[in-house]
Amino acid sequence: MFDYTFQWRATLRALPDMLAGAWVTFETAALSMIFGVLIALALTVMRETRHPLLRGIGNGWVSIARNTPSLFQIYILYFGLGSMGLHVSSWLALLAGITFNNAGYLAENFRGGLKAVPGTQVRAARSLGMSAFQAYRMIIVPQLLRIVFYPLSNQMVWAVLMTSLGVIVGLNNDLTGVTQDYNVKTFRTFEYFTIAAVLYYLIAKAIVATARLMAWRLFRY
Amino acid sequence: MFSTGFSWNDLLFLLNGAWITLQLTCWAILLGTFAGLVFGLLRALLPRASLPLAWVLDVFRSVPLLIQFVLFNSLKSIVGLNISAFSVGCIVLGVYAAAYFTEIVRGGVLSVPLTLRRASRSLGLSFFQDLRWIVLPMASRVAFPGWLNLVLGVMKDTALVMWIGIVELLRASQTIVTRIQEPLLVLCIAGLIYYVMSLVVARLGARLERRWQEND
Repeated sequence: MFDYTFQWRATLRALPDMLAGAWVTFETAALSMIFGVLIALALTVMRETRHPLLRGIGNGWVSIARNTPSLFQIYILYFGLGSMGLHVSSWLALLAGITFNNAGYLAENFRGGLKAVPGTQVRAARSLGMSAFQAYRMIIVPQLLRIVFYPLSNQMVWAVLMTSLGVIVGLNNDLTGVTQDYNVKTFRTFEYFTIAAVLYYLIAKAIVATARLMAWRLFRY
Repeated sequence: MFSTGFSWNDLLFLLNGAWITLQLTCWAILLGTFAGLVFGLLRALLPRASLPLAWVLDVFRSVPLLIQFVLFNSLKSIVGLNISAFSVGCIVLGVYAAAYFTEIVRGGVLSVPLTLRRASRSLGLSFFQDLRWIVLPMASRVAFPGWLNLVLGVMKDTALVMWIGIVELLRASQTIVTRIQEPLLVLCIAGLIYYVMSLVVARLGARLERRWQEND
């Protein structure tokens, strides 16, 4: 039943390349989070306004991002834009897809967080003479980010896990891509993907630990 | 004029793929709900003893689903299990769903105030009666939105099984794209099908949630 010899020694020789891939994965996820948070903030504000077009765009974005698979979103960006003559690299398609997805999910988190910021805070800020933009920038957003900090770190882990989808649109320098490259060369599927799984696990744990540490440092009072 | 190579047969092919997606979701959720319920109760009632279980389930939540599919698929070949790719998809998705549902159930059970359980025990209910008649009905109301979210999440994650060679909705659309070379149209139709499926599940869930709230 069990006539398979595991070859860990040969597999471990690929570790430096895979670590480089892990760094690309982390970078991509971090970038997508930065853009995602910015877009999500804009979407949150757009969904709060009374302007019907802005509201429509905000609600449409969130509901499409949340109701279709992220792989589908990456596909649309990679193959769909390609058919319109706009050729994007697989890395860019991946980044844009994850950012789109992140922004949708984060906007929903932010909406919940915004409800948790007392309305009196805005009025107090406005009555102190701040403009609406100032009130948002200096009063609302800092409190909002504090409330959604843990969902944010969760979403960061999600973003890292989502970068593994890049391999399906042909990305070959992130962790999964590098692993797949070695896999098709050697057919040691189980060994290589086990190492990749361990690396992903470590990245996820590192993010969670960093978030804990940051929360402890930042929210002390 | 707008002309397309997309025919009715292609639409049927896509709907067939959607059917596979639904089947996968169904089996995975069935497995995930059952296992998650057991694990979640264990986690909530015996927090110390089931700590190793939490570590194991945490692994499934921190490793990309795609890699879990590949790993399990190759493990299946190594061990010599003779099961179809569809079963592999169901099992991996089911375990993945169980890992998430465990936390949801645990949160639900812990949300039932301890005083309430003490009150029920002091009224003469046994441990299992208390669990059956007091804790579970209250916990299910707390856990239901989370469960619904999980169903929607799993439905979207079924798209990844294409990597181990199952023709579901997204893979079906890919097959059609390679033939008629109109990716935007075909992908939009596939996306619309996903969107409608998610929306229907979400609406049904919201209705059920409202019905349950009536008696509270």
